[in-house]
Amino acid sequence: MKDFLDRVKAGDIIVADGAMGTMCFEAGLTAGDCPEIWNIDRQELIEKITRSYFEAGSEIVHTNTFGGTGLKLAPYGLQTRAAKINSEAVKIARRVVDDKAYISGSCGPSGKILKPYGDTEPEIIYAAFREQIDALIKAGVDAVTIETMVDLEEAKLAVRATREVSAEIPIMATMTFDSTPKGFFTIMGVSIEDAAKGLEEAGADIIGSNCGNGIENMVRIAAEFRNVTRMPLIIQSNAGMPKVENGKTVYTETPDMMAKKAKEMIDLPVSVIGGCCGTTPEHIRALRKMVEA
Amino acid sequence: MEIFNQIAESLQKGDHEKVAILTRKALDDKIAVQQILDDGLIAGMNVVGEDFKHHRIFLPSVLLAARAMYAGMDLLKPLMIKEDVRTIGKVVIGTIKGDLHDIGKNLVGIMLKGAGFEVIDLGNDVPPEKFVQTAKDDNADAIGLSALLTTTMTGMKDVIDLMKSEDIYGKVKVIIGGAPVSREFAEQIGADFYAFDGMNAVETLKAYVKDR
Repeated sequence: MKDFLDRVKAGDIIVADGAMGTMCFEAGLTAGDCPEIWNIDRQELIEKITRSYFEAGSEIVHTNTFGGTGLKLAPYGLQTRAAKINSEAVKIARRVVDDKAYISGSCGPSGKILKPYGDTEPEIIYAAFREQIDALIKAGVDAVTIETMVDLEEAKLAVRATREVSAEIPIMATMTFDSTPKGFFTIMGVSIEDAAKGLEEAGADIIGSNCGNGIENMVRIAAEFRNVTRMPLIIQSNAGMPKVENGKTVYTETPDMMAKKAKEMIDLPVSVIGGCCGTTPEHIRALRKMVEA
Repeated sequence: MEIFNQIAESLQKGDHEKVAILTRKALDDKIAVQQILDDGLIAGMNVVGEDFKHHRIFLPSVLLAARAMYAGMDLLKPLMIKEDVRTIGKVVIGTIKGDLHDIGKNLVGIMLKGAGFEVIDLGNDVPPEKFVQTAKDDNADAIGLSALLTTTMTGMKDVIDLMKSEDIYGKVKVIIGGAPVSREFAEQIGADFYAFDGMNAVETLKAYVKDR
């Protein structure tokens, strides 16, 4: 398989996968369960979700390790098993895609707030990221995706931890922005321009945004990124904002709606397109079709 | 009085050391605890709340201001107990049973305390009985429920149902929040208030205790 970053540099548009978390809930994950323990206890379900994305046309699949730092696993009493939970996740993905798709190790926020705003020292968070990413890379991921970050300092810690483990591994790094009357900012007040600068300086290869509140805003976010950076971009949008209908959470953006709107990002261009909360293999199939059209 | 402005301004800047020094000075000058609290600390925090609401500042500034608020409160607290100075209200908070996500709830706690409420934080994964018992024992004004998971938000209704059977529903108000929660959902389950973010929770409860 051709090197991931070479393809990006050559101008290819690569379709990633959609949501893992909301798919796990569909598959029966219940309240208070740790999604990542399924990498050990319910491997067949994670395998099935990954396979459904692969078959829908994902060229990048993410590991089920969004909450895979020891810090995030600690409330479940699983912190000592962080390395194993992460390496098993990679093995599951590898069984599905072999070398027919790239596997990127998902790495989400630590759940802690850095000093002085919160109570956690940067060294603690850095060490947690390093442990997780070391396990992912040793188990053979093709890339690392640091995602859904809202604090730029924390995102940079994760990028640097990844760079310390490997000088070569491609790093994708994304933050989640809200729409405010003054423009797009993360809840911690990070602008798109600051995010672009900070993530690039820390050593990311592909930068952008994920989660958020739907494809329409995501297209605007992508355009704003394009205005402030020449770096390759990654965009993974939610299927809209979650709504509750009859006690069940639903996401309202259909695959067609998403693909149609996402087309505007192709021209920017955006190098990696995928989905976040509420997206399904059908969304990915629609995106792939749109990209290839 | 100048010292109140100084306290409020230092608090807005998030300068916790200066807030502590000024609060100490105000106490040494024999200014009433209630006045230091209302005209200094809470007045400053009100400006922070307004600035946040209008997107003039972001969460980090709020967190620093809240830390500065605590620095002042720590000095006032022993005297408040002695002089029986009332806080503006008492709120029991926690995340729903089965939910281990507590960042949102923690932020709400910080902001509530910052606004002058007494906060009893029951932590995460809290069973309904504990919410209700604590609210009863401590004579709370409100219970704040937080859920991040769509699967745990239904547990909010369990708390409200238990409040009804324990006959504190309506006496103790319920405010709910969290990513999957909406105003419609709040109405469905019979919660008194819905807050779309932490600061909104503070404003809502402030308005409630004021009008009460």
